[in-house]
Amino acid sequence: MDLFYLAISSTFVNNILLAQYLGHCPFLGVSKRIGTALGMAAAIIFVTILSAIFTWSTFTYVLRPYGLEFLQTLTFILIIASLVQLVEIILKKKSKALYNALGVYLALITTNCAVMGVALLITRKELGFIEMLVFAIASSVGYALALLLFAGHRERLQISAIPKSMQGTAIALVTAGIMSLAFIGFRGMAA
Amino acid sequence: MTAPILLLTGIAFIAAIILGIASRLFFVDEDPRIEAVANLLPGANCGGCGQAGCNSAAEAIVARKVEVNVCVVGGTETAEEIGEYLGYDVAGAEPMLACSSCEGGYRAARKYHYSGLQDCRAALQLYHGFIRCENGCLGLGSCERACRFSAIRMDPESGLPIFDPERCVGCGSCIETCPKGIISLVGEKTKILHWNQYTQCLSPCRQRCPAQIDIPKYLAHARRGEYGAALSAIKDKNPLPVSTGRVCPELCATQCRRTINDDPLAINSIKRFVSDWERSSGKRIPVPVAADTGHKIAVVGGGPSGLSAAYYLRRLGHQVEIFEMMPKLGGMPRYGIPEYRLSEEQLQWDIDGVLELGITAHTNVTLGKDFTIQFLLKNGFDAVYLAIGAWHGRLLPLEGKELTGIYSGIDYLRRFHTDEETITGQNFVIIGAGNVAMDCARSALRTGASSVHLIFRFSRDLMEANAHEIADAEKEGVVMSCLVSPVRFIGEGGRLTGIEVQKVTLQERAGGGLPDVIPVEGSNEVLPCDVLIQAVGQAADLNDIIEADGLAKTRYNTIDADEETLQTSLPGVFAGGDCYSGPRLLVEAIAAGRYAARSIHYYVTTGEIPAIEYRQREMMAPAMIDSLVNVVPQPTNAIKPIIPLEERMATFREVEGTISERQCQLEATRCLNCGIYCYDQDDLPLDQLRIAKSCPNEPHIVEKEKNALAA
Ligand SMILES: Cc1cc2nc3c(=O)[nH]c(=O)nc-3n(C[C@H](O)[C@H](O)[C@H](O)COP(=O)(O)OP(=O)(O)OC[C@H]3O[C@@H](n4cnc5c(N)ncnc54)[C@H](O)[C@@H]3O)c2cc1C
Repeated sequence: MDLFYLAISSTFVNNILLAQYLGHCPFLGVSKRIGTALGMAAAIIFVTILSAIFTWSTFTYVLRPYGLEFLQTLTFILIIASLVQLVEIILKKKSKALYNALGVYLALITTNCAVMGVALLITRKELGFIEMLVFAIASSVGYALALLLFAGHRERLQISAIPKSMQGTAIALVTAGIMSLAFIGFRGMAA
Repeated sequence: MTAPILLLTGIAFIAAIILGIASRLFFVDEDPRIEAVANLLPGANCGGCGQAGCNSAAEAIVARKVEVNVCVVGGTETAEEIGEYLGYDVAGAEPMLACSSCEGGYRAARKYHYSGLQDCRAALQLYHGFIRCENGCLGLGSCERACRFSAIRMDPESGLPIFDPERCVGCGSCIETCPKGIISLVGEKTKILHWNQYTQCLSPCRQRCPAQIDIPKYLAHARRGEYGAALSAIKDKNPLPVSTGRVCPELCATQCRRTINDDPLAINSIKRFVSDWERSSGKRIPVPVAADTGHKIAVVGGGPSGLSAAYYLRRLGHQVEIFEMMPKLGGMPRYGIPEYRLSEEQLQWDIDGVLELGITAHTNVTLGKDFTIQFLLKNGFDAVYLAIGAWHGRLLPLEGKELTGIYSGIDYLRRFHTDEETITGQNFVIIGAGNVAMDCARSALRTGASSVHLIFRFSRDLMEANAHEIADAEKEGVVMSCLVSPVRFIGEGGRLTGIEVQKVTLQERAGGGLPDVIPVEGSNEVLPCDVLIQAVGQAADLNDIIEADGLAKTRYNTIDADEETLQTSLPGVFAGGDCYSGPRLLVEAIAAGRYAARSIHYYVTTGEIPAIEYRQREMMAPAMIDSLVNVVPQPTNAIKPIIPLEERMATFREVEGTISERQCQLEATRCLNCGIYCYDQDDLPLDQLRIAKSCPNEPHIVEKEKNALAA
């Protein structure tokens, strides 16, 4: 049951994008079309889960035993960046199709705050392996959800009558704010 | 203190090793140029080019799927750097420009009043838009807002988008936004490779012109004083406008719908005006040339057809070399058509316009004697275009044919332009009634002949020459006798003194075609003459070539080639113009040149020449175009200035002049814009009332795939 709560809370209540506001560069950048948002979302889920596993392992088996927890941010950046690179190289060779679908986005999320955020949150919450996995999956799915919802909105916004001063990023940010409020509404549900 | 340092270096080290191994292990054999090009790109991964990020853009550039100037962010500078690296000539990288196929705009009739969201996509949700035309532009400007480069502006008057070619980068965002699908990216290549199709809405003049020049378009430009644009529209289909502007018999005008109750438009006079406008300005309108493709093509024969093929092949990005047997390029327009109709200087302007695109010409080399087709194919040429014209003048095999004083028409005319001695005499007889015969007759008068007599076997209506050539020749004093056939040549001491002729009558032949000629007994008479010129047909000089290369010929002594592709019996060797069709017209030779350029382009780039779907060959039924009601007559005013008869003799001064700018603009306003159909009848003055029939819109010529924009 705990795991279920964890999943719900990190997907909706503490949605990494809309409640914690992490990783909003792609949120604004690649949310103009559902198609591209979908590609980005898939890439985010993939990388988040993978990097969570690696950073968690490094933290648990290397940093903590030697009392080097204060180095976590630095090491995580190093690990995530190399990991993404590695995945890119392998994908390119092994699966051209997958590479073509995710390739561009991989490079863009090397230093995505949401990915980093998930890694750091996991250590802060001192989660176990299974919990860590559930948290990573749920958070990234939450991110994907928010991104897609937002892209849907923006596609519609594009053909709406919007006052000149509000067009583009302005209205996008206002919309994001309102969506964020909606997600905060989940707060009462579980914490 | 050492632990953290050790740890970080350790992790970095491990990561580096793993990445190093991985990039070895999973090494993908990639063109090194891709990485180099990617480094030249700004690396913004913006997707503005329509590719998924800079890397894939680099890949596409190297694979030549897109032009070097795709990068929107990098602009010309980046394009130039990449081009330099890849060794292309960038200045001419083909620009892909957006353009809309709708010309209706506010004139189109409305279905209902719409006051919803001012966006085409939203408006389309309601009963498929508010204008009656299914295809037409809704005019709410979604494309204008979609354009990231402010290249689109809605014209407040017509309600149609105007595309700024300076700003348009060809990114395609407007295409994706337009719900009607009427915006397309059209590049120079499309215009060159496109041939009329039955599915298009084509004005009759456009259907009739062998070169398929977009006549309504250039008339519209001329009307507005945009002579440069008019000329560019002409040059998309005809690289020799100064020459055609003078000697073309204007087949287009015969179809002009003004003739229903009025004079036809003086279309060619307008072409002549705009091409002379460029010539007298001394500055050429720049012509875009596509990036180098690395293919080399040989054009044999520097006449109109060869020049036209060379011009379009060069514009398509191929390397072209012309091989010409005479000391100068130009073919029959130089060595045949006399100075008083088309001067060498005027022709040279057209020729220079072709050569300036970067075409090499070798003169004084004859195919069959100095080189062979095999030699060309072995020496790096991927294809050969034979445009050697019809340079063998036929002579009648009659008694006395060996007498001095008998010449073929093209032989006689050629001597005015070479070092050979010109032929003079007192009494000329000319056999034939084509353009060549008229040119010989009028030239003879100008070189001091006291009498020129032209005889023709058939009736006057069967004379082939341009109608006003015949009229001019008669005015200048050429005596014409129709229904007269030559019997034998008479001479004294080896010199010609006369020709015996015979009257004939005609009898219709059952299967159509030329009628049978029946001599009238006892009607023989002798016409005294010291020079006899025969303009009775021409053929291609093929014997040497066939001996050297084994080319197939037809029974008319022309080169045998496939009608759909112009490919000859030898693969990679194409033929067109007079040497394929027999002596025809200048525009037809030019058209054949572009047609061959299309075939050759596909042949060298893909190895396969696609057929043209629904290729328009015959005139389409007039019902395909809107009918005309109440066209107010407006007689033509574009009468060319002509020098008086007395000034013509003894010189080869140009007889006809160019019309004035005012005449040109006035004449262009007479165009009825056939083929443009969506008019709101209520708003129109009576004289323009049209009944719109079904008219398929122009098909969309889309070259660039509609790639989903990444990011
Ligand atoms: C006197 C005359 C008047 C005309 N008047 C008109 C007119 O008023 N309106 C109109 O529309 N048309 C007119 N025409 C027709 C028009 O000029 C031709 O149809 C046109 O020039 C054909 O072009 P082409 O390139 O096929 O051949 P050409 O113009 O004949 O060019 C062939 C070229 O190939 C070269 N060549 C030939 N053999 C070889 C070889 N073995 N090796 C290398 N090079 C070779 C020749 O030197 C020449 O330069 C006229 C033609 C003549 C002769």
